[in-house]
Amino acid sequence: MNRFRYYRHHMPYLPADSCSGKLLVIEGTDGTGRSTQAAMLKEWLELQGYGVIETGWTRSKLVGQAITDAKQGHSLNRLTYALMYATDLADRMEYQIIPALKSGFIVLGDRYIYTAIARGIVRGADPEWLRDLYGFAVVPDLVCYLQLSVKELIPRVLATGRMNYWESGMDMNYGDDLYDSFVSYQGALIEQFDRMADEYNNFVTLDAREEPEVTQKRLRRAVTAYLESGTVSTERGIGRS
Amino acid sequence: MDSLGTPHPFSGKLIIVEGIDGSGKSTQLQLAMRYLESRGYPVFFTEWNSADLVKAVTKKGKKKMTLTPMTFSLLHATDFAHRLINNILPPLKAGMIVLADRYVYTAFARDVVRGCDPTWVRRVYNFAPRPDLALYFNVPIDVSCSRILSGRAQLKDYEAGMDLKLAPDKESSFKIFQSRILTEYEKIRHEYGLVEIDATHSIGDQQQLVRKLMDQALVDYHPDETTPFHPGYLQPEIAVEQDFGDEPPPLVPRGGGGGTPDAGDEAQEDML
Repeated sequence: MNRFRYYRHHMPYLPADSCSGKLLVIEGTDGTGRSTQAAMLKEWLELQGYGVIETGWTRSKLVGQAITDAKQGHSLNRLTYALMYATDLADRMEYQIIPALKSGFIVLGDRYIYTAIARGIVRGADPEWLRDLYGFAVVPDLVCYLQLSVKELIPRVLATGRMNYWESGMDMNYGDDLYDSFVSYQGALIEQFDRMADEYNNFVTLDAREEPEVTQKRLRRAVTAYLESGTVSTERGIGRS
Repeated sequence: MDSLGTPHPFSGKLIIVEGIDGSGKSTQLQLAMRYLESRGYPVFFTEWNSADLVKAVTKKGKKKMTLTPMTFSLLHATDFAHRLINNILPPLKAGMIVLADRYVYTAFARDVVRGCDPTWVRRVYNFAPRPDLALYFNVPIDVSCSRILSGRAQLKDYEAGMDLKLAPDKESSFKIFQSRILTEYEKIRHEYGLVEIDATHSIGDQQQLVRKLMDQALVDYHPDETTPFHPGYLQPEIAVEQDFGDEPPPLVPRGGGGGTPDAGDEAQEDML
């Protein structure tokens, strides 16, 4: 029987034992088509006969709505922002993710702690503090990082509607221009993701520049490789920008 | 960053009290506040669990008993961070004496008893400034329980630690819960150098000692000094490492720091 691993600190009352499921995570900044890819992957996995449960930020019953409200009121700073997201994750971890893993499901995370850590670092929080804070997270078996440069990101975000306040990091006071702020903020996030992709060996970096179907093929190949052999494939992304 | 292990850079003073329910710490802090005010010091009082950022969530979670040790801990940490930023740091930077009824050590004791990892809880709170004086009111469990149980109409579920399923009734549960907290406090006292006060002594005797300790902690205190801007503390340390153009993004939020009581124009400029 497999066991799961806590990222840095354990939850003493939830021992990391008897886990037959897998935790797969898709990471990438806004506009990489991440949620679409996750939905397509889920459908495909279910077709293969896997039980799949999707999870993502602010979806906890406990604080999901409170985070949305607080963000609207712009009443969060970098500490409370990080702490509220940690609360959201803890609630999902205990009521959703760990129970599903123990029952043999594939848990598909549409973004995970790496997003939260990247955002926190870009907002100026201490990187070590962030890693400790989210340290109770179960380590994913596989992280598929959808990689795009800021330049490639811009037309996609513009095509889906408009740049929003938080996605543009307007709370960071880079200036009052939405576009400039978006470029600075998303650029800094991508830099953090690229670093983590280098640092962690459960990351596989996928080139997300092409049509969604092509990206989906790459994603399925990486997931299949993991599920069949238990190893993370070495597909290269588009390289460091 | 080890904010709890290093003295804070602010011109104000942070004095905190800790102890289990019924230790008499709040009474002692109120009396000390009278004393400091009578000496003409600018004093600011704050207590645990009084911010409103997550109040509704906490209330709902407690009512439905859906809070886990982790979410209970994190909600309180969020609340504390909000209060630190909005209520504690401004007066501390402005040179006031901040008196806190309970501080992060309350979380270290209570959350660990609930089942959180001790190292994790300590790391989570390691953004809080180290107090200039931390008093721990030590009282035997029987004394505190008789004080609490005689003086209050009814214990609340989480207050009695009912979520831990230690005992079927609230009173027994409360006693077991509090004695475990006492054990944790004992570790914390050594770890962080809290000054122990025997809370079985008379209120007057305790207060005399409290005032003496406060005088000692305030020897280098100058109430008319405000703190110059500290870019390293709760400000972006590595906001952006890339070059995005000719002008680097400002590290300081535009719009400024708000009012600082008793601060002249020069000091105001320093804050910005």
